[in-house]
Amino acid sequence: MSLVEAAGTSLVDVRDLTVEFGALRAVDGLSFSLAKGAALALVGESGSGKSTVAGALLGLHRGTGARVGGSVRVAGTDVQAATDEELRRLRGAKAAMVFQDPLSSLDPYYAIGDQIAEVHRVHARVSRRAARARAVEVLERVGIPDAARRARSRPHEFSGGMRQRALIAMALACDPDLLIADEPTTALDVTVQAQILDLLHGLREETGMGLLLVTHDVGVAAESVDDVLVMRHGRAVERGPVGAVLAAPAEPYTRELLDAVPRVDARRTGSPATDEVVLETVGARREFGRGKRVLTAVDDVSVTVRRGETLGVVGESGSGKTTLGRMLVGLLEPTAGEIRYEGRPHTGVNPAVQMVFQDPVSSLNPRRSVGESIADPLRARGDRDEERIRGRVRELLERVGLDGAHYDRYPHEFSGGQRQRIGIARALAAEPRAIVCDEPVSALDVTTQAQVVALLGELQRELGLALVFIAHDLAVVRQVSDRVAVMRHGRLVEYGPADEVYDSPREPYTRQLLAAVPALDPELAARRRAARRAPAAV
Amino acid sequence: MSEALAAVETAGTDLSVPAVSGARQFWRRLRAQRAALVAAVVVALLVLVALAAPLLTALEGQDPTTYHPTLIDSARGGVPIGSFGGVGADHWLGVEPQTGRDMFARLVYGARVSLGVSLGATLVQVALGVAMGVAAGLGNRWVDLVLSRVTDIFISMPLMIMALALLAIVPGSFPRPVLVALIIALVSGWATTAKMVRAQTLTLKNLDYVAASRLSGWSTWRTAVRELLPGLAAPVITYAALLIPSNISVEAALSFLGVGVKPPTPSWGQMLTSADVWYQAAPQYLLLPALALFVTVVAMTVFGDGVRVALDPRAASRLRIGTGRKREARVDTAVPSGEQRKEDRP
Amino acid sequence: MSGFTGFVLRRAIGAVVTLFVLSVVIYVVFYVTPGDVAQITCGPRCSPAQVHQVAQQLHLDDPLYVRYWHFLQGIFVGQDFSTGTSVEHCAAPCLGQSYQSGRQVTDILLAKLPVSFSLVLGAMVIWLVLGIGTGVLSAWRRGRLSERVLTAVTLAGVATPVFVIGLILMIVVCGELQLLPFPQYVNFTDDPEQWAWNLLLPWLSLALIEAANFARLTRASMLETLAEDHIRTFRAYGVGERAVIARHALRGATASVIALNAVTFGSAIGGAVLTETLFGLPGIGQELVHAVKVVDLPVVVGMVLVTGFFVILANAVADVLYAVADRRVVLA
Repeated sequence: MSLVEAAGTSLVDVRDLTVEFGALRAVDGLSFSLAKGAALALVGESGSGKSTVAGALLGLHRGTGARVGGSVRVAGTDVQAATDEELRRLRGAKAAMVFQDPLSSLDPYYAIGDQIAEVHRVHARVSRRAARARAVEVLERVGIPDAARRARSRPHEFSGGMRQRALIAMALACDPDLLIADEPTTALDVTVQAQILDLLHGLREETGMGLLLVTHDVGVAAESVDDVLVMRHGRAVERGPVGAVLAAPAEPYTRELLDAVPRVDARRTGSPATDEVVLETVGARREFGRGKRVLTAVDDVSVTVRRGETLGVVGESGSGKTTLGRMLVGLLEPTAGEIRYEGRPHTGVNPAVQMVFQDPVSSLNPRRSVGESIADPLRARGDRDEERIRGRVRELLERVGLDGAHYDRYPHEFSGGQRQRIGIARALAAEPRAIVCDEPVSALDVTTQAQVVALLGELQRELGLALVFIAHDLAVVRQVSDRVAVMRHGRLVEYGPADEVYDSPREPYTRQLLAAVPALDPELAARRRAARRAPAAV
Repeated sequence: MSEALAAVETAGTDLSVPAVSGARQFWRRLRAQRAALVAAVVVALLVLVALAAPLLTALEGQDPTTYHPTLIDSARGGVPIGSFGGVGADHWLGVEPQTGRDMFARLVYGARVSLGVSLGATLVQVALGVAMGVAAGLGNRWVDLVLSRVTDIFISMPLMIMALALLAIVPGSFPRPVLVALIIALVSGWATTAKMVRAQTLTLKNLDYVAASRLSGWSTWRTAVRELLPGLAAPVITYAALLIPSNISVEAALSFLGVGVKPPTPSWGQMLTSADVWYQAAPQYLLLPALALFVTVVAMTVFGDGVRVALDPRAASRLRIGTGRKREARVDTAVPSGEQRKEDRP
Repeated sequence: MSGFTGFVLRRAIGAVVTLFVLSVVIYVVFYVTPGDVAQITCGPRCSPAQVHQVAQQLHLDDPLYVRYWHFLQGIFVGQDFSTGTSVEHCAAPCLGQSYQSGRQVTDILLAKLPVSFSLVLGAMVIWLVLGIGTGVLSAWRRGRLSERVLTAVTLAGVATPVFVIGLILMIVVCGELQLLPFPQYVNFTDDPEQWAWNLLLPWLSLALIEAANFARLTRASMLETLAEDHIRTFRAYGVGERAVIARHALRGATASVIALNAVTFGSAIGGAVLTETLFGLPGIGQELVHAVKVVDLPVVVGMVLVTGFFVILANAVADVLYAVADRRVVLA
């Protein structure tokens, strides 16, 4: 299916779209069109303007002070020229949107069925009762079990995946011609993501509606659409059938982007193996709360990390991987079992075991200069020589690839990736033997992510660091790990050399996780989807 | 709303950066609000008047306590002689009914009492509130439980009633304005401050940078002082700025009821006690203290709100009272962009 | 729903504990003061013989916990007072006796409570209706001139002390314009119409300032809700602005309005003291001010306990209503 078609038959027709917020040009002369029933993905890193485009299709920038130029036609409506009333008729009825965070996208105070019914009644002249019935019907269609009863639940009583299904049900309620999905699976676990993507695929086959998918994840795009449009700085970089673009990118930026995407099937190129155990947990267990409401976050986990090696810890949300990490560095004490450092039991924090945190925003004190933060371990050790401290901080900044003169700058002056580098520099200042990285790259764009991962690898080789790499992203973990621990509900499901775990997993849960990782090859994705569907059909 | 959508997309993580409490940024944001600026000028003038009270009354040649029996008509129950309650070159704002004391002097000295008592009370409230809140936030389960329970009890006590009751039993020998300030502080304000500080401490305590400080090898105590307390400054200052006008009102109310600041010390609330009897004969006796109170409390409230906006523009954009919105927005969006979009290309 | 029952139960127990602690604090503060407690309790004009008698009645010779026990006993089972010549019984909720008027505190309270209730509950209706209405209006008209006017008015309202509003209302309405006579309390059971007319000004002076608070809060939390993601969802589905405001934004503000009402109830009791004094209404506020001035300690303590009881009750009720408005609270 070609991207450019006659305006009359296309569902979406965007010509020379520009969107400006004050001095910032978020979208800069973008044109594309989407035929009826076709599926297109807008792919780009943060700041590329992709979500702004999605908002423009429904005229959501109206009245916000943003300047919108060019023309946007959606399902026969000229969004720019439409009256408020016409816009209202377009929204939901002809083009419906599914948002990223399914919890905050639903009103916490009303039952889910009522919210869907309300939207339905805006566009269809039906009774309250009929609208409720419709809500139950669409909830059933998106696979909510016992929909008639669950329709009366409020959003917080649903799991993340069910909420996203409910949002999709809301979109289906008015039989739209176009579904706009803005990062619909970013907030979800990988197995749930696979279910949602399958659902979207199935619905598209059933109803023939068009799909505009906005995503930062090339794999998600490969799984779900026919055509892809790569965006950067508000402009289109490359466009074409998804298979062709991914297999043979024409533009340098697309190539760079694809190179940066970690592959779940790529082996780690060897690191010098040693037998010197730096850090280990022995039967570690951690409970939170007390009495009847006790929650076991980590249950009987024994792992070891050796000098110069990386232990990857993967798991979905609630698997206990963060709690394990915090116990390893001594921020949390185990309820049972022990943490050993160089073979001896150790409690409390230990400057030789440092941590790199997930959130580059909250991991640096906004009120202190980055130099001060990095110098913390030096000063805590008792160093009082200003000259030497500044010199050491300069070295560390340069070592992590930043300008050594940035001592007096504040965290907000840096981007997310730079802040993560500063966090690494602070960890290095303590001259650690082990660093626990808790989701160190999950808040970063894929190209930045690759750079930070490379930096960690370099440092490890140079300093012989023992690394623990905690992440939900199976591909990233494979990329960096020598050995891998798969966690679920606080327990160790599978634990062994990375290649064994990934290439011949013994446990069904590991297999399930690996099968859910989006493939970069659309054909492989289709085969996998068929495989996933098959057991359900039995 | 789709501002939010746009912000996420165009600015990445930039907009979620906590407000940096640089003094310069604070002033710039404060200056951007016209109403707050006007209020700040008014507050400054009031403080100046209160400080310079002896000077001002010396200029007029009067003092707040001398009776002028010759200036009131004792045959008519003590109504000031002359137009507008005896306004003239000697008595700029006339004299009090019944006593003939100089109104200008009493008003000016009243500002001292009003501002002094409320400021003193606020200081005690903030000190107590921060101490209790931090202790509850950092302490173990039991410390937290006990302190929170005590705080809750003080929150659920009716402030005026408690203040009144306490004023009944404290010996009269205690300096009255100090007593009033203490009682206002002890029965109110500190508990809500403590509750807010506790919540804030709990939030800050779980931030990664606090964990990082501990991993650096600093003691818990040092981490609390270096990483936690600065984070509390902005919300506490904001809260204090809003406690001051409320304390002014409470002091005035207690004095109005005749149990606060006692004569001969002048207080605005006390001046209003019998004003309803005299409003026809001497309207300025009612209007001046009422106006003084009104202007002071409005100015303090608007200024306090301005401080809040300047310290935390994001929270304020949700809770503002509608002063200088557009300019504020521009000031804020000017900060990210440029510097921050330099991407990671080492 | 069992989670909800448990929540209500926990909250009720919490209220009882709070009340108990409050009674201890009040007892200690007022009856364990330095100086001659019997003399202070009895009042400045008591004879030595009377003071001696008071000391006996308060069991001042006993240890502190025994004294407190007697105090509690009085509240729950009643107490007998010997007045020297005769023995007087003080029935179950016995809060002691005023040594200056010779009356029992419970009787004084019972006589005054209806007035204060009429004042506070009537004012509550006004501040809720007026405050929420204004708040919704200014959230809806945000950014327009009418909103700015409303904002300025509510700001002035927030900043004006109760007694100043009352004073001005009284002078303008009753004095200058003579639209209403100066208020004089009439029992509701005697003449409901006169009751309402006479309370109109006290209601307004008490309610206006609180209404301004409610207007600010309603507007702020509606705007906060309007900035949330789920509002974007409904707009993106073509739900009209009016429905978004009325159904979703207002619903989002409900919980905070309930919370504020509990706080306001407490502060309105304080405001009622001022209003009653100003308008000469014979409620507990006026009585309290009088008792404070003549240092009639048993009456003061009784008043503080009873108002504390109502405020704690109001808080507990508000917490339960809050949980009804926002079920997520129950889970936390």
